[in-house]
Amino acid sequence: MPIQYYIALASCLFCIGVVGVLTRRNAIIIFMCIELMLNAANLLLVAFSKMEYATAIANKTNLTAGTDAQLFVFFIMVVAAAEVSVGLAIIVMMYRNIHSVDVNFLNRLKH
Amino acid sequence: MSIDEILFWFLSALALFSAIMVLLSKNPVHSVLWLIVVFFAISGHYLLLNAQFLAIVNIIVYAGAIMVLFLFVIMLINLNTETERQQNIWMKFFGVISGGLLLWIFISASRSAYDVANKTAMLKEGDVGLIQNLGKVLFNEYALPFEISSILFLSAMVGAVVIGKKD
Amino acid sequence: MNDLIYLVPLFPLIGFLINGLFRKPLSKSAISVIGSGVILISFIVSIILFFDIKEHGGTIVNYYNFISVEGFKIPFAFQIDQLSIIFLLIITGVGFLIHLYSTSYMHEESTDHFGRYFSYLNLFVFSMLLLVMGANYVIMFIGWEGVGLCSYLLIGYWFKNDSYNYAAKKAFVMNRIGDVGFLLAIFWILKDFGTANYTEVFAKASTLPVSDATAITLLLFVGAVGKSAQIPLYTWLPDAMAGPTPVSALIHAATMVTAGIYMIARSNVLYSLSHISQDVVAIIGLATAVLAATIALYQNDIKKVLAYSTVSQLGFMFLALGVGAYTTGVFHVMTHAFFKALLFLGAGSVIHAMGGEQDITKMGGLSKKLPVTSWTFIIGVLAISGFPFTSGFISKDEILMATYAYSPLLFWFAVFAAILTAIYMFRLMMLVFFGGFRGTHEQAHHLHESPSALLIPLIVLAVLSLIGGFIQLPEVYGGHDFLNQFLAPVVPAVTHEGAGVATKDYYMLGGTIVGLIIIFAATRKFFAVSQFEGRYTGFKKILADKWYIDELYDTIIVKPLNSLAGFLKSVVEKSGIDAVVNGTGRFVNYSSRQIRLLQSGQVGNYILFMVLSITVLFLVFWNQEIIVQFLQKIF
Repeated sequence: MPIQYYIALASCLFCIGVVGVLTRRNAIIIFMCIELMLNAANLLLVAFSKMEYATAIANKTNLTAGTDAQLFVFFIMVVAAAEVSVGLAIIVMMYRNIHSVDVNFLNRLKH
Repeated sequence: MSIDEILFWFLSALALFSAIMVLLSKNPVHSVLWLIVVFFAISGHYLLLNAQFLAIVNIIVYAGAIMVLFLFVIMLINLNTETERQQNIWMKFFGVISGGLLLWIFISASRSAYDVANKTAMLKEGDVGLIQNLGKVLFNEYALPFEISSILFLSAMVGAVVIGKKD
Repeated sequence: MNDLIYLVPLFPLIGFLINGLFRKPLSKSAISVIGSGVILISFIVSIILFFDIKEHGGTIVNYYNFISVEGFKIPFAFQIDQLSIIFLLIITGVGFLIHLYSTSYMHEESTDHFGRYFSYLNLFVFSMLLLVMGANYVIMFIGWEGVGLCSYLLIGYWFKNDSYNYAAKKAFVMNRIGDVGFLLAIFWILKDFGTANYTEVFAKASTLPVSDATAITLLLFVGAVGKSAQIPLYTWLPDAMAGPTPVSALIHAATMVTAGIYMIARSNVLYSLSHISQDVVAIIGLATAVLAATIALYQNDIKKVLAYSTVSQLGFMFLALGVGAYTTGVFHVMTHAFFKALLFLGAGSVIHAMGGEQDITKMGGLSKKLPVTSWTFIIGVLAISGFPFTSGFISKDEILMATYAYSPLLFWFAVFAAILTAIYMFRLMMLVFFGGFRGTHEQAHHLHESPSALLIPLIVLAVLSLIGGFIQLPEVYGGHDFLNQFLAPVVPAVTHEGAGVATKDYYMLGGTIVGLIIIFAATRKFFAVSQFEGRYTGFKKILADKWYIDELYDTIIVKPLNSLAGFLKSVVEKSGIDAVVNGTGRFVNYSSRQIRLLQSGQVGNYILFMVLSITVLFLVFWNQEIIVQFLQKIF
């Protein structure tokens, strides 16, 4: 598939994630939209790895081109997992304190 | 239209539709479920691109572990009966507008970019995504980041425990 | 000799600085010694310079380039020639006597103010010396401004009194009006000649078209009118009597007011080129002489009579300059310095004896208690009235002769003014020193002769008033016109024809003697009295109220200016400028409050702005060339 289609798909998913972050007030939903954005990026990276492989094959060069991008995706998943665990712990603590997960309550930065 | 293309379009449509449903659902549990569908669609894309390892890892880690974690938290704070108050209508409007702007920028930027003109992503073939190739590169060149990521996990675990303690 | 020149103004400057800066730790006697001593030193140096100039003629000493721009240079230079040495002697000599007088007269002031007084006096002498010693019009202007400033400072010396401050302001403002004319004249001179130095200007003066010469000389005369109190800018001088009496003697009788005379005498080359301005000078001088003399007839304050007398005598001097008798004008400056300073200091002695009283309706018969004061005062009165062979007689007769040669009509008006002078001075003398005492009992007890520091200057000045005229005795009496010959290289003299001169001189002498006897008898009858009300009605009241000129100026000039200032303050300043300035502040306040609302504390808002910024950045980065072109088109 032409790489443009993958770029378009990933951009759409990313922007849907952005809209979700801006629009929703529930902290957990916002967090989930962040995961959505990360996944869009992952998808695009994998597509780029295959694109590179395709060009390498066409030029008869390195046969293992493109592994870097997929390993990058692997590490992104690692980081996402760690981040989710810490983030959810914070949300739980927030709920314990104010008994709500509405982000509009967190406006202490105003003062 | 070969089977690949049909599959591609179907998976793309599924992913987009599910993502939008994540946004629009009132019930958080529904949002989680729709997100899982998105993850499945994306794993399908990975399989289509012959990135087998990543597809499986995506399912196991994301859909399996992370989403389950989300569900735990939602159950913990008993969110499924609650509906959130409506966001300010202006904020929603501006949010959508800015998201749309961003999308437009990305797409128009990438359409005229030189590097990605006339390139294709190869489907279904290629040994790149095979686990032995990935493993070879991972443990030869990226061994250090691999080990450090274990420390990252350790710190995240410790952080989560410390933050979540009831004192 | 050139090395000594700078000492003359240097010592008064040092006196000013020491007395001004260190007056708190110094004692009164130290301040007096320093203040008077520096003037004495300047006087001695002036005498040395005088003898040198008598032998060798004038000299110009250049110090440094004061202003040096493309097109003209103005050096800081002193020109000591015959004219300026006469003035130097007058300033330092009479100045020294007045300083001596002040040490006793101002004795009651605190040390602080005493020192302030002497520092101002020294600064004044310094500025006046600069004025007469300058080698070009710009240095003269520096001294001109300096004496105006010191006049303001000294008139308002007792600054706690508001009306004195008002008088000082009035003097300064009227001086300033004259200064505008002077400045315009300097600019014109610079434009026409490319230099302001006397020697160069007078050398090239004959090349000047008459219209330019007329304009320059008229503008210079405007400056002189302001400084030397002629019509229309004379009203400040009677009000300036608010200052201490020695100040009135020095500044407003002997020196500052004669600065205008000096300027015109110095510029005689220019004035000789333009008949119109000479006529203007003569007529205004004469008109002032007559007007001031009429006002002086009915004044009740001893110092005001003398002030108007000064204005009138200055009118005489300008009349002399206007008819072309420049040396006569300078001669009358000299004699006037003697007798007017004498009269003012004598008035100061009288005021001191009367415990501060200045109203002559309360005086009378003081000659018994104050012998020295009264005799010196009488000598002064005789001199100013033109009693034969006093200095005043010789100089005034010379003016009258020169006026007659110019125009008989002006001559008879001048004679009228001279008669009025004699009348009001004799009136003053009779009211103050003869007849019965009209004051209170405490004042009668308080009457005593003044201390010697006040009397010595009176005696010296009286002697000078008697014999000072002999340097220019007309030939018919056996004299020789020393002054005319001395000044001849710098200032032309008026020439007298042969035989007719002697006859005219005898007529003058006879007429003067007869006139004075009549006036003496009349005033003795009317004014040597023990009851004198001093209230006037009808025409006399108009004269006593100074022809309402002050009120006229008030209505025409002062009140409209005040209302204009009030309008500017309330409308333009308050509603206009203040609104703009305050409005800017208020606007900044308001907009900052609005912008602060951006910081809502909501993370969602922040992320929104982040996303928007990213889009904008993308757009800008992507369309760089277009944006740069657009900006270049604007700027």
